[in-house]
Amino acid sequence: MIAITDYGMGNLGSVKKALDYLGAPCQITKDPQLIRQASHVILPGVGAFADAMDELERRGLVGPLEEAANQGKPLLGICLGMQMLFEGSDEGEPRRGLALLPGRLEALTPRQGVKVPHMGWNRLTFPRPHPLFEGLPAEPEVYFVHTYAFMDTQAPFAAALSDHGAPFVAAVARGNLMATQFHPEKSGAVGLKILANFAAMGKKEGVYGL
Amino acid sequence: MVCKRIIPCLDIRGGRVVKGVRFQEIRDAGDPVEAAARYDKAGADELVLLDIDASYEGRLAMLDVVERVASQVFIPFTVGGGITQVEQIREILLRGADKVSLNSSAVANPALVAEAAGRFGSQCIVAAIDVKRVGDHWEVFVKGGKQPTGLEAIAWAHKVVELGCGEILLTSMDTDGVQQGFDLPILKAIATSVPVPVIASGGAGTLRHFADALTEGEADAALAASLFHFGQLTIGEVKDYLAAQGIPVRRLPEADGVRQL
Repeated sequence: MIAITDYGMGNLGSVKKALDYLGAPCQITKDPQLIRQASHVILPGVGAFADAMDELERRGLVGPLEEAANQGKPLLGICLGMQMLFEGSDEGEPRRGLALLPGRLEALTPRQGVKVPHMGWNRLTFPRPHPLFEGLPAEPEVYFVHTYAFMDTQAPFAAALSDHGAPFVAAVARGNLMATQFHPEKSGAVGLKILANFAAMGKKEGVYGL
Repeated sequence: MVCKRIIPCLDIRGGRVVKGVRFQEIRDAGDPVEAAARYDKAGADELVLLDIDASYEGRLAMLDVVERVASQVFIPFTVGGGITQVEQIREILLRGADKVSLNSSAVANPALVAEAAGRFGSQCIVAAIDVKRVGDHWEVFVKGGKQPTGLEAIAWAHKVVELGCGEILLTSMDTDGVQQGFDLPILKAIATSVPVPVIASGGAGTLRHFADALTEGEADAALAASLFHFGQLTIGEVKDYLAAQGIPVRRLPEADGVRQL
């Protein structure tokens, strides 16, 4: 069962609807116990970085998420759910993230022809193959809605890149820990394939950091 | 580089898609979910579902449509038509819509835009603006284009952005339904002076019209309804043409295997 982490922000229904469509058993839950029992965990997210971290903490969900990461359970962050895996963000008041990955998020810079938030379809490139992106066209387009991004495209865990005024990291992967800045649940057939790939993953040997 | 979007619009009444030519000869055109899925498959980047039925029953039917579309079609979609309250917006978003568009109600009650943007985020609030040339400027009209507001279009566009909308859907009533091209002067004037994306609407008749709206008109997206419904052009044809002009568009995943999961 895939646990879709509910921390009271935003609409998680789209992720569930996509998994339902794929026939992947899943449940939206705020119960730390269910997250511990799940085979896979998804951390979605809409909203502001600090508010979301506060909610995760208040609901006792930080521990279960860290455990999932450390136990080799496939964990997928989506959008803000990706951002929270990092140490921090320039968004709003300083607030420490889950710090499962090193680095922090920076604001995208608007300029002529580059509107922020970055909203719409944009092309991915893959610095290396990863099972999450198996079976996709070479450089597929996916759907983004975000204002902050991880800009270190040379990071060893960068799994997909895109460009909006400047290159940024569109997906990360380190062992069982994976995340997309874009919304696979809104990226048509390409996004469904990514979610299907995630659902099909088994538990990884070793922890995410190794 | 973010892709320019092609957006078909579905008019919904009583839970069914209806097609008409300039509000005449409106007839049933099938199930919205089937139509939405067809457009998704044809390469639509987003969908707009417009509720043209103001009745209570119509609203309930629309919520059901939203829920069913969200369960079967996994591209972003906007729901508009007759939305006047924050609670209605919440309902629609909870059923799985990504954005709502506000038109007459934004003019009648600008605070609604601010409240909705504050509560749900700017990214899911679209300001729909219907304009018509009056003398040397463009004026905003509401109630399906029947009622003048006295508001100057460019100033109103700036105002809705200030209130917090994350996107503008601009329909020119002068060009709508005539298929002679989008209204490029007002499109460009608004698209180049607001920081949010602008969707051009009203006037698409040829491939060239789409390219003009997205280059000369500087729109971020182009919307059409009857052109696609009646099969005059397909979304694939429009995108192939745009790509050949060097305009960045999202391509359909060629591998059918991706679709057949």
